[in-house]
Amino acid sequence: MAETNGAKSALKRLRIGVVAGILIASILPAWPTLAAPKGDLDAAGTNIFDTASLQRGAALFSNYCLACHSAKYMRFKRMEEDLDLTEEEIESFLVPAGLEAGDYMMSSMPYEQSADWFGKAPPDLSLTARSRGPDWIYTFLRSYYLTEDGWNNKVLENPAMPHVLWELQGIQRPVMETVEAQDGSTEVKVASLELDVAGQMDPDAYDKTVRDIVAFMEYIAEPAKLKRERLGVWVLLFLALFTFLAYLLYREYWKDIKK
Amino acid sequence: MSDTQPLASVEEPTDLSRRRLLGAATGVMGAVGAGAAAWPFLATLRPSDKAKVIGAPVEVFIGSLAPGQMTRVQWRGQTIGIMRRTEQMLAQLPEMTDRLRDPASDTTSQQPSYAQNEHRSIRPDILVLNVHCTHLGCIPRMIPEVGAQPFDENWKGGFFCPCHRSMFDLAGRVYSGVPAVLNLLVPPYSFPDDEHVLIGVDPQGAA
Amino acid sequence: MNNLITSVGNWVDERVPVSEFWKKHISEYYAPKNFNLWYFFGSLSMLVLVNQLLTGIFLTMHYKPGAETAFASVEYIMRDVEWGWLIRYMHSTGASLFFVVVYLHMFRALMYGSYQKPREIVWILGVTIYLVLMAESFMGYVLPWGQMSYWGAQVIISLFGAVPYVGEALVEWIRGDYFVADATLNRFFALHVVALPLVLVGLVVLHLAALHEVGSNNPEGVDIKKKKDAEGRPLDGIPFHPYYTIKDIFGAGFFLFIAAFIVFFAPEFGGKFLKPDNFVQANPLVTPDHIPPVWYFTPFYAILQAVPDKLMGVILMGVSVLILYIVPWLDRSPVRSIRYRSWPSKVALAIFAVAFIRLGMLGLSQDSSTLELRLWTFVYFAFFILMPIWTRLEPTKAVPERVSSA
Repeated sequence: MAETNGAKSALKRLRIGVVAGILIASILPAWPTLAAPKGDLDAAGTNIFDTASLQRGAALFSNYCLACHSAKYMRFKRMEEDLDLTEEEIESFLVPAGLEAGDYMMSSMPYEQSADWFGKAPPDLSLTARSRGPDWIYTFLRSYYLTEDGWNNKVLENPAMPHVLWELQGIQRPVMETVEAQDGSTEVKVASLELDVAGQMDPDAYDKTVRDIVAFMEYIAEPAKLKRERLGVWVLLFLALFTFLAYLLYREYWKDIKK
Repeated sequence: MSDTQPLASVEEPTDLSRRRLLGAATGVMGAVGAGAAAWPFLATLRPSDKAKVIGAPVEVFIGSLAPGQMTRVQWRGQTIGIMRRTEQMLAQLPEMTDRLRDPASDTTSQQPSYAQNEHRSIRPDILVLNVHCTHLGCIPRMIPEVGAQPFDENWKGGFFCPCHRSMFDLAGRVYSGVPAVLNLLVPPYSFPDDEHVLIGVDPQGAA
Repeated sequence: MNNLITSVGNWVDERVPVSEFWKKHISEYYAPKNFNLWYFFGSLSMLVLVNQLLTGIFLTMHYKPGAETAFASVEYIMRDVEWGWLIRYMHSTGASLFFVVVYLHMFRALMYGSYQKPREIVWILGVTIYLVLMAESFMGYVLPWGQMSYWGAQVIISLFGAVPYVGEALVEWIRGDYFVADATLNRFFALHVVALPLVLVGLVVLHLAALHEVGSNNPEGVDIKKKKDAEGRPLDGIPFHPYYTIKDIFGAGFFLFIAAFIVFFAPEFGGKFLKPDNFVQANPLVTPDHIPPVWYFTPFYAILQAVPDKLMGVILMGVSVLILYIVPWLDRSPVRSIRYRSWPSKVALAIFAVAFIRLGMLGLSQDSSTLELRLWTFVYFAFFILMPIWTRLEPTKAVPERVSSA
């Protein structure tokens, strides 16, 4: 009896294994297409739990971005708790004239005026890190190049925005290449960028600066993320313990059940 | 278990101690978990950051407030009256005692400790009051003139509520024999300088 | 003290049969003793439903339906409302997990023939719940009023335009405007938070009432009601409480662990539960590059794409869901459980599962090959259409009288 049972359950396992195998085998080939294609973006490598990075990012954002862009869902005041800043520090370093710490991060530039200047109003940046992704912003801010026609960008062609950080990065020039399309026509494309005029920062320092800005944008896109992940660990530990106890209780009760 | 027969598939357990222990442990953890899960739900109902920002302290310029004049501002949806009282008005206050329900402001909930005095204010001349009637929340009219009024022949100046005829003197103290039983509420406030009142913030050093 | 409780209990019982209800449906509802892992998903669906109702009520307290206000109010919930983010993620994650557990619950029924006589109505009510759930989740997805909400609504509502003659009028009537607009959002809100939840809860009650009338099936497909003891209780049945209540609590704990992991560490779930484009406010002037539906709709969306004709595509998509209703009559097998059937049933069900998953993946992708779309669509329908044939022809093993050991 025991032997037939063992043989039976082995057969059962084999059967389940075969079914699972077919399922996995049919799904695996398509998996790469399921994972969101990242294109040729560079990894931002941000860490929003690095408070110092967020603080630097906040100052940079306030200096370079907030003049034209808003982050209209984010309150300055929230940084008090999350970024370990005092209200005085926020008011004096981050809040533009005319606004208060309790306000949303509005741009100091009037909306209509900015549309006149740039052809279109600079987009609100509250959620850009969630809609575009940190990698996109990181690569974008590092991909400006200068031609006779003015500033252009390898990630977003003909952007309305000039290279605001060029004094820090310096001036990049495009290296062109000719690509042949499938129909035989040729197209000249930007292959890579090389630094022509050095900026105030060396490339490593510039990358780090951009990383701080992106980290800050990631934070303002979802300020609750800090609390969410810190709390999540405890919730999972609690649920694991609860489930373990519930399992023991279940085994205890189910001893009653006759086979 | 009024059943006469045991169930065919269930063996009645003999030792229940382990079962009770595990049941209690799981039950306690479940209750703690349910409580912890209920907290965020209930907490969403508290004033949000938006409400807190809107409810932030309000600074009011009083440099141009003339004696005998009152200005009104909104703070947390309440109308706050700020009045500069004249010497005569202040001199009148001690004489009101007989007509008032709580002349010494003994009900501590109606003013911060730093305003628990005869003139119910930090500076004698400047009166800061939540002017909503303590009866049902209407806003009483300020009638500073002394003299007979349709509702009171012997009016000494003060606040009269048109809703249910409650009366208060010029320190916001309630008269006896009117529907309201509490003095008008004094909100927390302080003076950052001589010409400004900050409503919603206690003076430094005061609780 | 005990006397008081007893007498209050009796007082209530004489007026409303509370303890009778408890006995009938919980403590003296006899379920087969051999439920396996697959039987967790029914109670888990209930758990998710309760989660959706509770979190939904609290979200409704802060959400503002309206083309001008909706998007901002969701961000307000995510930032300004204390713990608002948690409630919102519980709701958005719950929506996807609802479909996970419901799909597994339905697959269980297909495996063990739980739709067969006498459980046809249980199955029909279940399929109806699934249909209402689809409508409910679609309308809920519109509420954040992001780009995906907007253009998803645009695409789905346009499907009704395929109806001959009245299509355009119908689409306009559904939208309440000449484009997806404020009026559309407002009516979807009303349907999502009031009308459909009421229908859903009502259907769940009926689903359970119908189930408790005929009794639960089990992995063996054995009819446990055939063998009863002297008091009329099935020999292979055990009281639902405490045995299955406690087992389900364990299952709920396990499930909540997974759910909490998603809520706290991956609420976007790699863009599958919350799409990146939906963090951009709805803009009727800009269409996103790619508008795939949420993952739980993509198998049907793939079927739509497989057909080179709008009307036929919509019809085929509708049929692909509605065909589930007649499964109890397509299956001609004398046995319920797949365990007592032969290889045709097993192979067919496995291929069907693969087809469903592959269709889901193809529907999610932008550049799926039409050939593959058609292949799996064909397989999907072949499963149902050929079911009467193989289930009649294949040999079956004799189902034992009793739930066997091991």
